[in-house]
Amino acid sequence: MTSLTRPAAPLPRLLAPALPRRRVKPWLVSWLQVSPLAFILIVLFAMPTFLFAVVSFFDYDRTGIYPAFILDNYRDLLTTPATTRVYVSSLTFAVIVWAITLFLGFNIAHFLIFHVRSAAVRTVFFLLCAIPFWTSGIIRTIAWIPFLGRNGAFNQALMALQLTSRPLDFLLFSDFAVIVVYAHLYTILMIGPIANSLTKIDPSLLEAARDAGASRWQTMVNVVIPLSRTGIVLGSILVVTQVMGDYFVVRQMSGGQSASIVSTLATEIQAMQYPPASASAVVLVCFVGILVAGMMRVADVRKELVK
Amino acid sequence: MMIGGQSYQAGAGQGRPWTFYALAILFGAYLLFLYGPMLVMYVLSFQGPNGGVTFPMVGVSLAWFADIVKPGQMANIPVSFARSIALASAVSLLTAAISIAAALAFRRRFPGSGLLFYLAVASLVMPSLLVGFGIGLGFKVLGLKPSLFTSALGAQLTWTLPFGVFAMFAVVNRFNRSYEEAADDLGASPWQRFTHVTLPILLPGIIGVAMGAFTLSYDEYARTTLVIGDKNTLPLEIYALISSATSPTLFAIGTVTTAVSFLIIALTLWRIFHIQRRRADAAL
Repeated sequence: MTSLTRPAAPLPRLLAPALPRRRVKPWLVSWLQVSPLAFILIVLFAMPTFLFAVVSFFDYDRTGIYPAFILDNYRDLLTTPATTRVYVSSLTFAVIVWAITLFLGFNIAHFLIFHVRSAAVRTVFFLLCAIPFWTSGIIRTIAWIPFLGRNGAFNQALMALQLTSRPLDFLLFSDFAVIVVYAHLYTILMIGPIANSLTKIDPSLLEAARDAGASRWQTMVNVVIPLSRTGIVLGSILVVTQVMGDYFVVRQMSGGQSASIVSTLATEIQAMQYPPASASAVVLVCFVGILVAGMMRVADVRKELVK
Repeated sequence: MMIGGQSYQAGAGQGRPWTFYALAILFGAYLLFLYGPMLVMYVLSFQGPNGGVTFPMVGVSLAWFADIVKPGQMANIPVSFARSIALASAVSLLTAAISIAAALAFRRRFPGSGLLFYLAVASLVMPSLLVGFGIGLGFKVLGLKPSLFTSALGAQLTWTLPFGVFAMFAVVNRFNRSYEEAADDLGASPWQRFTHVTLPILLPGIIGVAMGAFTLSYDEYARTTLVIGDKNTLPLEIYALISSATSPTLFAIGTVTTAVSFLIIALTLWRIFHIQRRRADAAL
């Protein structure tokens, strides 16, 4: 009907097929569209990173820092036993937390995608998992203190149920508390990417596996897990880097028994010892970089995200 | 052998497999683990004036909430709260605008697209404190004073932008390009096509990304702490209080700031739900 009343509208297009905008190269349009992102990432991320890499070779004393090219900062860092200790401790936390969040994340994602039948219920369950991620990590960490403490809710519950005669002391301000808080904060980083991979699995593949006589376990190992590999890798990268870069949870929940790489580094920054702090930062960045690069070799993360 | 969603539909009349019950129990336990401690904290923030940081509750009162706004030790909380909201609003708007532009650009390969993608990944996985450290160092070298809307805003964008861009990829991937082609065929200019077709269709996703950026910024501390200057945001003020205040006031602050987050999440979800329902109605 509209075409009868306004017959002229599509005509210019037919008469002039070469519209002016076609002359702009598509990649130029893309460049314009990404320029704000590129500007921010280069000026506020790449350049500052380069800067502390440079400063890590500088000399310093109690009054200031001096441009130089010395390797003392690295030598001091790499020969201190405390460095190895803190790396081993952080890496141990990372591996334990990775295993816990992977187990929880995979099973929960599997439950949400394959077992929940109603789309509305699935959305609600997803939101229940995601909402705490949008609230304060500091507050969620503090929330464990009245729960796990010597007189905390958990101990009181255990005693009320007569499961223990005296309060358990290892619950708070211990490595146990650190792991609990990490799992609490970061499991969602596993659930999200894995669920995203699982939704892309064609259900007919599972049917085919079943028809070919595969057991539930065989289907899981040979079909579902390989097809969710990118999600598992992406979640693993997020969880491991969060743990390696943490400086709040260990400081707050270990009760001074453990240190994290970054909390040691923060102490140097507070003491204004920028060159050694920069050297620690460079070593940590390289370490995390190697971990991430290693994990990215397992799956093409870019293809998963950008398509 | 029922594993896929499809096979359930075929056998919906039959019972659930045992794995369903096992996973449902695991999921329930996870939700308890996720919300239990937070609920304990909310309840304890209503502790009576003579009560302590653990159970039992000695009466119920709002005394610890009143403590937050009382002049004195907590005097900085309301001011830093206002600062956090202002900063989060700026971060949220910038993230949404920059992410949507970038996600549209990434639909085609362009020179440098791989490099930029990995730069965004690197910015996301970089230990947070180090980002602030680098920016702080840069400001020192340039002789600039760190402040809320310069260094702190920049540091937070290095965190919210990768999240925003990756979330926007998912939004844009689901977008059917034939709508854009139809707009072209009807003679729309690129800008008309964007404002009248692309933007309205992607709006729920964009609102979601804006909200995600707002909450990430509102709660951020590790990237901000070294570049904030002398005027703290709320999370940094809370961080400073943890060691000094061991009264239920801390829990009351936690309850209030979580309530603010919940309010923002609820408003956003309600808005998105509203848009989608209107769309579903229009489709009928």
